[in-house]
Amino acid sequence: MKEFLTDQLKTQEYFLNMGPQHPATHGVLRLLLKLDGEIVRNVDMDLGYIHRSIEKMCERATYKQIIHLTDRLDYLSAHMNNEAVCLLAEKALNIEVNDRIKIIRTIMDELTRISSHVLWWGVTGMDIGAITTFMYGFRERELINDIFEETCGTRLTMNYNVIGGLRYDIHENFVKRTKDILTHLKKKLPEYDKLLTNNIIFQKRLINIGVISVEDAIAYGLNGPTARGSGVSCDIRKTHPYSAYDMVDFEEAIFTEGDSFARYKVRIKEMWESISIIEQLIDKIPNDEHKVKTKAVIKLPVGDFLQRVEASRGDFGVYVKSNGQKFPERLKFRSPGFANLTALNKMAYGLKIADLVAILSTIDVVVPDIDR
Amino acid sequence: MTNLEIKNKIEALQSGLTYSSEDTDFLCIEVPKDLIKEFLLEIRNNEDLSFDYLFALSGIDFGEDLGVIYHLESSKYKHLIQITVKTSDRENPTIDSIHEIYPAAYFNEMEAHEFFGIKFIGHPNLKNLFLPADWDKGFPMRKDYTDTNMLIR
Repeated sequence: MKEFLTDQLKTQEYFLNMGPQHPATHGVLRLLLKLDGEIVRNVDMDLGYIHRSIEKMCERATYKQIIHLTDRLDYLSAHMNNEAVCLLAEKALNIEVNDRIKIIRTIMDELTRISSHVLWWGVTGMDIGAITTFMYGFRERELINDIFEETCGTRLTMNYNVIGGLRYDIHENFVKRTKDILTHLKKKLPEYDKLLTNNIIFQKRLINIGVISVEDAIAYGLNGPTARGSGVSCDIRKTHPYSAYDMVDFEEAIFTEGDSFARYKVRIKEMWESISIIEQLIDKIPNDEHKVKTKAVIKLPVGDFLQRVEASRGDFGVYVKSNGQKFPERLKFRSPGFANLTALNKMAYGLKIADLVAILSTIDVVVPDIDR
Repeated sequence: MTNLEIKNKIEALQSGLTYSSEDTDFLCIEVPKDLIKEFLLEIRNNEDLSFDYLFALSGIDFGEDLGVIYHLESSKYKHLIQITVKTSDRENPTIDSIHEIYPAAYFNEMEAHEFFGIKFIGHPNLKNLFLPADWDKGFPMRKDYTDTNMLIR
């Protein structure tokens, strides 16, 4: 019998579809896994299930219309994406915005980042197997979305930035409610640590899983919290400051281990840094106009323009090649999620399927951002 | 490093390139397509330039020519340049693949291939990434592409 088992029974590699409709792929991401038992041997991607060809649509849209399309990329960093297009047009047309606009934009950016990271925290917990965190994450996010609703009119696709300023002035409750949410978060974030960060089961699922070195992180074009978990200093807020980031003092969250837990810690630290940035700015909003007057039809001068912002998932870039008309000749959205996904195969090789889920979670994929 | 310093460094490495003016945000260089691979390898390995981070790779249709635009950054010095490569052949456009120099280019080249029809020589797997595998209606991001489903014409 024993001889039969060793001589006759053979194992073989097989393929398994993960997605497109799988809760752990955070949307409609389809992964083709080559497996040896439960061990991942290769990860192949099939994208485009929600490809809308936004870049092509932008070639027939005015710059003011393009802002609305950027919300539909990474919907959890809608505000930063809007801002990238506005900053690009303002830089190209030499429009100088006042400090009120800069500070409000920065506060909104950081609120968006916290809202995105608390959702990520909840979803990561759920991917690992802790259902409670999902509810907790949504609870905090709801409160931040209420602030957005009051000032911007919408909760998710804000469209709050316009070229030359902000669409509306802030609501009279904005400052008070923002301060309230900061007090609330300062009480809740230590709870997050108690519940998940210091949980031994959770740590064992993440430590030394999906390790990627500094050299590989740079070569594969990783960015944002994913790269900072490997020790790459790449925060656009530090390296190419925009809006009010040169007025505030904050620390870039960097951990050098390169594993899933390092990426987790980067995001937790970023939430604390965001709170500190908002605290530094919230009492400093000067009285001024919320919008600078601009022309009705925006035409960019001939040339190449690039604007980068630090979105929740990393280095979001807008590249515009303009021929002097009201439509861009070519517009490219450099998606942080797409760049981070390129290293997935390298990170997941030789690990189990459950570890692949943990990796996907800690690189924080948002599929509309990847598919564009 | 300022744009002028980068330009002087690159001129010392490789002659016969076309440069934009230096007063823009970043230097734009046009490189002949048969030089691109060795040129990128040189500027990546050069210690003063060290362009080791591929920020973006975008296909582009110039109307007559097709091309690829690379945005490269140095992770150490944080300076950025833009490199353009053009090919005039619209029927069978070919450009060397750079995925061995920058692994980040692997999926971006697949994207440029399906949307612009640019064949990357040396790329092992130029399948459709975003479009359906049986897509045969042409290359959607080209300027001359039309389609009855297009929302904005």
